[in-house]
Amino acid sequence: MARTVISSATREVVIGGDQPFVIIGERINPTGRKILAEEMKNGDFSRVERDALAQVEAGAQMLDVNAGIPLADEPAILASTIQLVQSLTDVPLSIDSSIVEALEAGLRVYKGKALVNSVTGEDDRLERVLPLVRRYGAAVVAIPNDETGISFDIDVRFAVAKMIVERALDHGIPREDVVVDPLVMPIGAAPSAGRDAFRFLARLRDELGVNTTCGASNVSFGLPNREGINGAFLSMAIASGLTSAITNPLAEGVRQAVMASDVLTGNDRDASRWIRAFRPVTAVGEVGPGARRVNARRGGGGAPSSPVG
Amino acid sequence: MSDEQELDLTSLDDAELVEQMHNDLYDGLADEVAQGTNILLGRGWGPEKVLAEALVEGMRIVGVDFRDGILFVPEVLLAANAMKRGMAILRPLLAATGAKPIGKVVIGTVKGDIHDIGKNLVGMMLEGAGFEVIDLGINTDADKFLAALEEHQPDILGMSALLTTTMPYMKTVIAALKERGIRDKYIVLVGGAPLNEEFSQAVGADAYCRDAAVASETAKRLVEARRAAA
Repeated sequence: MARTVISSATREVVIGGDQPFVIIGERINPTGRKILAEEMKNGDFSRVERDALAQVEAGAQMLDVNAGIPLADEPAILASTIQLVQSLTDVPLSIDSSIVEALEAGLRVYKGKALVNSVTGEDDRLERVLPLVRRYGAAVVAIPNDETGISFDIDVRFAVAKMIVERALDHGIPREDVVVDPLVMPIGAAPSAGRDAFRFLARLRDELGVNTTCGASNVSFGLPNREGINGAFLSMAIASGLTSAITNPLAEGVRQAVMASDVLTGNDRDASRWIRAFRPVTAVGEVGPGARRVNARRGGGGAPSSPVG
Repeated sequence: MSDEQELDLTSLDDAELVEQMHNDLYDGLADEVAQGTNILLGRGWGPEKVLAEALVEGMRIVGVDFRDGILFVPEVLLAANAMKRGMAILRPLLAATGAKPIGKVVIGTVKGDIHDIGKNLVGMMLEGAGFEVIDLGINTDADKFLAALEEHQPDILGMSALLTTTMPYMKTVIAALKERGIRDKYIVLVGGAPLNEEFSQAVGADAYCRDAAVASETAKRLVEARRAAA
């Protein structure tokens, strides 16, 4: 089973089918966020700070950082944003841009092993991004489209994903450092988008042996109560093999779907994280009916993260 | 509703039938819209009148409720599909009468960009508003846009992009139009998630359209303004 290790200077996160699902917080992204875009462009990163801390607090194990602002110096802004976020939190980052110069500027200042988001199967992109990924010892998100666009045929998409993995190997990037994005289409416009994604994810896991990630919000584009769809999608995708997602951990429906999926896949051992989050208490440490006993001699209460004794 | 009865469209008078067609379009009932179209034609309505009063007006209502967050993407796609069924009946008749569409639009997603759902919605809303739409698809380079403008002589050029990396290509296309001295022959509309008003002005477009409903309203407004000025 592929294990993709991403790190900051002081913390490691492992993406893999036998690991808790990795939520990569999506909020640090000015696309469609007018105020954030304006602030970042003018060097005001207060909202970025709040978004970073709130997402980590809500359970994001990694953060995606994007600085795609129209008519702005994206490489410079992306590099500053990464330095700022790394000074605030120790979670590893995904460096998100479709501009190669911005990816490089981000990699240059990044401390640890980053996840580069992303490379497509287009020849010129592969030849520019993969050497960067190799030089900085990073991992990379692979988008399975090529010069001809995104195929609706899962076999074609699979072939492109396979080709990207092989090209990465040619560049000295191991298979486990390629994380494939299945490219989920909006279900509101393409009725087979769900089934296709689940089938594709299973093949990526079983036949290509890679980890996977995806934006988990695109699927619900154009529908009401998007969080409900996003949560159900994530549960079904995780069952099909998805091992990480770029999504919003502050959305309760998404957070619960992921946590419950970890319980159901056996990757939340003894359901300990689930229990810690949802035990119907009287606060930990409080005495009274319904409160869990405090194991003072062992320095605490609540559910241990591994069996004690 | 257990006592649902089959509605006989022929039993309605013209005004009731048109209103019913608006409702059927709204609900994406393609067979019913096609039937209504045929009934009105059978009663001696001209194809232009059917188009304007039944179909275009129906899609206008759909567009408003989509804009206001009452209708959602799958519903708009169904409505557009129903509209198309009506249009399929009217198109040969309109061609025979020599009637002109209210305008002609060439649209496409720019080079390097393969996102087309938003662009398709815009195309359908424009058709619903009575425009003739020539859709160049995705990954459209400047040469392809220029060739289509030359061939179809539209009123409007519409460009879409979903990526910050691909949207600057709009400027490339507009520069190519300027170079050939034909920029002012066309109304240039741009749209897509990462765009904004400021970007639209910077690349020299005539307007930024936030969503498909706005695109259709803007297209109508600018075409009318241009005709009034001519």
